[in-house]
Amino acid sequence: MSYSEKTKNLYLSQLTDIRNAGIFKEERFIHSSQAADIEVEFPSGSDLKRVINMCSNNYLGLSSHPEVIRAAHDGLESRGYGMSSVRFICGTQDLHRELENKVTEFLGTEDTILFPSCMDANAGVFEAILTSEDIMISDRLVHASIIDGMRLCSAQHDTFKHSSMEHLEEKLLLHSDKRLKLVITDGVFSMDGDTARLDEMVKLCEKYDALLLVDDSHASGFIGKTGRGTHELCNVMGKIDIITTTFGKALGGASGGCVSGRKEIVEMCRQKARPYLFSNTIAPVIVSGVLKVFDILSASTERRDKLERNAAFWRKGLTDAGFILKEGNTPIVPVMLFNAKLSQDFSKDLYNEGIYAIGFFFPVVPNGQARIRTQISAGHEMHHLETALEKFIKVGKKQGILGLTKEQIIEKFGL
Amino acid sequence: MEEDNLNEMKEMILKYVIKEYIDDDDTTITYETPLISSGYVDSFSMVSLLVFLENKFKIKIPPSKATPEAFDSVNNIVALVNQYLNK
Repeated sequence: MSYSEKTKNLYLSQLTDIRNAGIFKEERFIHSSQAADIEVEFPSGSDLKRVINMCSNNYLGLSSHPEVIRAAHDGLESRGYGMSSVRFICGTQDLHRELENKVTEFLGTEDTILFPSCMDANAGVFEAILTSEDIMISDRLVHASIIDGMRLCSAQHDTFKHSSMEHLEEKLLLHSDKRLKLVITDGVFSMDGDTARLDEMVKLCEKYDALLLVDDSHASGFIGKTGRGTHELCNVMGKIDIITTTFGKALGGASGGCVSGRKEIVEMCRQKARPYLFSNTIAPVIVSGVLKVFDILSASTERRDKLERNAAFWRKGLTDAGFILKEGNTPIVPVMLFNAKLSQDFSKDLYNEGIYAIGFFFPVVPNGQARIRTQISAGHEMHHLETALEKFIKVGKKQGILGLTKEQIIEKFGL
Repeated sequence: MEEDNLNEMKEMILKYVIKEYIDDDDTTITYETPLISSGYVDSFSMVSLLVFLENKFKIKIPPSKATPEAFDSVNNIVALVNQYLNK
């Protein structure tokens, strides 16, 4: 055995450092389906507690939708459990291609390739389409999976200040000598809940002959008037070269992701993207569920309309109560607390009141910008939101932060 | 290098770092502030700083020397630039 005491102690010491830094992550076991009401065992071994879930990515409330579950059952029966192969050997069913076509149609792109997750899509796309002669220019707040994907790619990389079009233009000029320039952004930024300025980005990319990639994981299915995503919101459908997105959030919430966009770029991914080439794709049961999700979304905008109303109610309620929110127009509503310990105490108090919402602090968000990130769902009914609001106000009063400015909160709790 | 020139270089680099990387008015950056290890500058953003230094001081810094450690404070950056200015 080579796992010596010395090696073991090395890991124990690193784990202790993580605990001491206050960033040790603990899972909370949910004993029910994903929904607005869930039953949680936390800490491990304690009695189950019924709480209102205010922190899932189940934006459209489809994770446990009866039609999606039925479709998944049908897929399991008709196409089996697993493929036991990667796509290009013997791991592609007719349903996989059907889903790719359906995504293409929904997003208004030219073609689509499925990946086991959007993390894999982002890990594979850059190295499949760029070389060391090229440059990737990313918004400074893009998701971690994009950062990892860029690390795996031999192209050079640079960044621009979050959502600053002036800074992006400077960078496009600075790197004008590169063979290909790829501008990279999230559609909706997951920690702040704001949306990318895609209309302006498209113009800049056209002006400087650059490609544009948007990760729309926190947008597909509900942003834009028919839920196509941030490209619909910004009136630039058909003008985004590459969209990556996930089926693990609004689109059923199980797993899987894709790269959708220009036909040749998708084909390059099919030939070269390593997470596609060397991993099984999405299981048939999930493909069947996601196909049903697209049927539901194509038939009616009812769910995304309800989500929009819910998010507006929630944002107004918190603002009127005197909380400081990050500005935005999405179902991600960050309640700013600035101090890391306050964010943890606030989350704990909420949980005791039956509200499940997580506090985030550095290094997940910038230093001094700790917050509770709330996420609204079409699965929330008005009584869920009213109860959650009442409890937020109760805890806000207990902590004495309602109506305080950022400076006053920092003065009271420190940074 | 003359003391005045050194201070001028430090000030110039500090100004660039603040303009390029710092968005928050509450943040104070000094010559010693750790830039990368404290999260003010991510390693992907270093390329702009590298291009700035090379253009401003007419030097060429080899990629192997443009490490996160060498860029971790204004003082470190000045030391790095000086190595190549004197060559």
